[in-house]
Amino acid sequence: MISSFNNISSHPQSDRLWLWCLRFFSLVAGGIVCLILTFLFLESFPALQHIGLLAFFTDADWHPTETLYLLTPMIWGTVWVTCGSVLLATPLGILSALFCHYYAPPFLATWYRRLIELLAGIPSVVYGLWGLVVLVPMIGQLHPPGPSLLAGILVLTLMILPTIMLVTHASFAQIPFAYIQSATALGLGRLAIIRSVILPTAKAGLITGILLGIARALGETMAILMVCGNVVQTPSHLFDPIRTLTSNIALEMAYALGDHRSALFVSGLLLMGMVLLFVILAENIQHRARHEATT
Amino acid sequence: MGYSKPSSGLTLKPDKQPGFRPWLPYQQNAPCCEPVPHIQANGLGVTYQGSPALQNVTLNINRGCLTAIVGPSGCGKTSFLMCVNRLTDLIPSCQVSGALRINEMDVLASTTQVLNLRRMVGMIFQKPTVFPFSIRKNLELPLREYGITDHSTLSQRIETVFTQVGLWNEVKDRLNHPAQALSGGQQQRLCLARALVLSPKILLLDEPCSALDPLSSGVVEDLIVSLRGQYTILIVTHNLAQARRIADDVAFFWPLNGVGHLIEHGTAQDIFESPKDQLTAAYIAGTRG
Amino acid sequence: MKPQPNSLQEFGSTALVWGTAGLVTLTFLWLLGDILAHGLPQLSWTFVFASPENAGREGGIGSILVSTGLIIGVCMAVALPIALGTAIFLAEYFRYDWVLGRVLRGSLDVLAGVPSIVFGLFGNAVFCYALGLGFSILSGGLTLACMVLPLLIRTTEESFRMIPVEHRLSAAALGLSKPTTILSVLLPSAIPGLLVGFILSLGRALAETAALIFTSGYVDRMPDSFLDSGRALSVHIYDLAMNVAGGNPNAYATAVILVSLLLLANLFSLWIAERWATPNRLPA
Repeated sequence: MISSFNNISSHPQSDRLWLWCLRFFSLVAGGIVCLILTFLFLESFPALQHIGLLAFFTDADWHPTETLYLLTPMIWGTVWVTCGSVLLATPLGILSALFCHYYAPPFLATWYRRLIELLAGIPSVVYGLWGLVVLVPMIGQLHPPGPSLLAGILVLTLMILPTIMLVTHASFAQIPFAYIQSATALGLGRLAIIRSVILPTAKAGLITGILLGIARALGETMAILMVCGNVVQTPSHLFDPIRTLTSNIALEMAYALGDHRSALFVSGLLLMGMVLLFVILAENIQHRARHEATT
Repeated sequence: MGYSKPSSGLTLKPDKQPGFRPWLPYQQNAPCCEPVPHIQANGLGVTYQGSPALQNVTLNINRGCLTAIVGPSGCGKTSFLMCVNRLTDLIPSCQVSGALRINEMDVLASTTQVLNLRRMVGMIFQKPTVFPFSIRKNLELPLREYGITDHSTLSQRIETVFTQVGLWNEVKDRLNHPAQALSGGQQQRLCLARALVLSPKILLLDEPCSALDPLSSGVVEDLIVSLRGQYTILIVTHNLAQARRIADDVAFFWPLNGVGHLIEHGTAQDIFESPKDQLTAAYIAGTRG
Repeated sequence: MKPQPNSLQEFGSTALVWGTAGLVTLTFLWLLGDILAHGLPQLSWTFVFASPENAGREGGIGSILVSTGLIIGVCMAVALPIALGTAIFLAEYFRYDWVLGRVLRGSLDVLAGVPSIVFGLFGNAVFCYALGLGFSILSGGLTLACMVLPLLIRTTEESFRMIPVEHRLSAAALGLSKPTTILSVLLPSAIPGLLVGFILSLGRALAETAALIFTSGYVDRMPDSFLDSGRALSVHIYDLAMNVAGGNPNAYATAVILVSLLLLANLFSLWIAERWATPNRLPA
């Protein structure tokens, strides 16, 4: 009785060396995540020991020099800016994908997709620069001071729109042509086909796109840092300046020492947890959808 | 070679009695076809993920003969072929049971040098699979892997096999051109040349003509016929007319309850003119399959 | 012709979709146009080659370009072999090592989701302090290598999986060993896909800022070695816009250079994809 496994076990010496090389590289690649988590925990450990997890939510304020480590305003900042931008970017992204697939003439669709692909690759500092120089003064004229939650939401919307649009676009592309053909044969109009066939079929793709958009918005640093004002406060309305978890790390990491540095790693850990939650959720939904499609 | 070439595949007249093949006068006792077993399968079975695809195949394949394996799709023809050079190793969760010998070598033993076995057994597939580099490099690759690096030997071998497959005049001026620029029929002949370049003893052909247009299909078929006697050839084919035209021996496979079985094995004349099994008779007459 | 009962809805939705596309296009053209309009007048050959002076308000970006090149070079030199090895393992040996492969894939998916600022924290803790490399080009490059690895592995693996299984069977039938099959037969077919993945990762690394601020640092001098701190283009833009009063013109000029580099990479990968998409198809 022989099986496919024999092939590996009957390899000559050189082949085995090669396989071990590949295994080694794979182990390095796979080990990075563990390394990241380990170091985040190691570096956060002093803060968790000296300050305690509870203090991050109950201290009076964020004043590391006075050993006050309240993270809540930053968490609210992150949450609000993410919610706002996702609420704005989701309809824009889905409508853009619909435009590409079902409304635009082919050459326009191609160019539109290329434009969006290009924008997906534009560095966040460039978005931040534009926001800082163009958007912030405009908002300032509307309602001072200018650097605000609103500016952050608008810039972030532009940044996650490509993510949502491209994922949605890909899931539209996977809809079997026969579905559309038979819906057309039933005499349905374009809007009816989109509502009754396309959107329900691509639901998993839409949700994945939104979740990935959320993950990107949560983790975004530079653009937010440049347009949001970075004042530590829980925002009460759209024109308040805010500071997010990410910009807090970017601003203070350069000079933080001791418990302060450790506290920043705690916020990094928190951030990573939030992002990974959405990424893993997205992976799961995609995986399940693929599984359903094959069975 | 003592055989007259068929003018084209269309000369087969269906109204004649089955097995009537005036272009193969030596069919009965062809001098190149010895009744000496070269490949011996004994109770061979193949399972994929635990479910059997082929069961209890026992047959001897004679040295130098051209044996056609016929039968409907899903009867395990290709699985049988892949056991001979152990390509089954490459398919995950594929298990082979029973015994298979080439001469005195136990093919399925885990101690068998698989790479040497595969050098002794050439194989070509339904779709021509030329590799994405030059024509010359396609042929040099297996030779170099075998340890032949001498330049003149390489060139000489390449010229020999290209002449053998009748491709030399077509490619000698463009050996450094990409092989994928060749036509489908040329590609298949290149694959055959590549299989021959290591001087194998056995050739496995998995429907070598079915992906080609009729014209190149005829050329490749003539080429295969010209190789009989020098190699033990196993050819899987869907095309009964082709099997009738070229085969010395025929093995007929049929799926029983979804599992492939060997129904009948004999000389082409016996199978086509006086099949023993009802299934064979029905398949040959076209009422089944 | 009688108006259809749904025609108003149909018209409204069409207008909405076209309106959205127009709005998005206009906004992005505004953004790109703004960068070009402010940045292009500052551009000159001396700007590209000269060193920054007066905290970057004057002078050029010569040393910044060199630092960026070195950081990207380190990143790719480290990431490429690891990614190639891992991708080959995942594409060609996955089924033999089922458990390891499954765990590996999961951890790569997670790695792809890690925010860049966390990579910055990680790089700072590991490369700058634990390994003692300090704020240096080496630290920055290694951090970026960790970051682009999932993307590079995924695209490389994808290009190996695109190769028809017949190539593997043919190679095995010729008695080629598995390493030879992979290196001589499969790798040439996978090269275009690999190149596209390489360029995408390069773009990702070029665009990155947050992971570099506290790994490769801020120093804008010409670097002497890989252990020197070096400022990347994107960090330069950030610093000029945020921390240097009157730095905006040069920030814009640097942004134009950065965006053009990315655009060039984008076009190049598009060209490769189209150039190589055809000859892989067999003539009928």
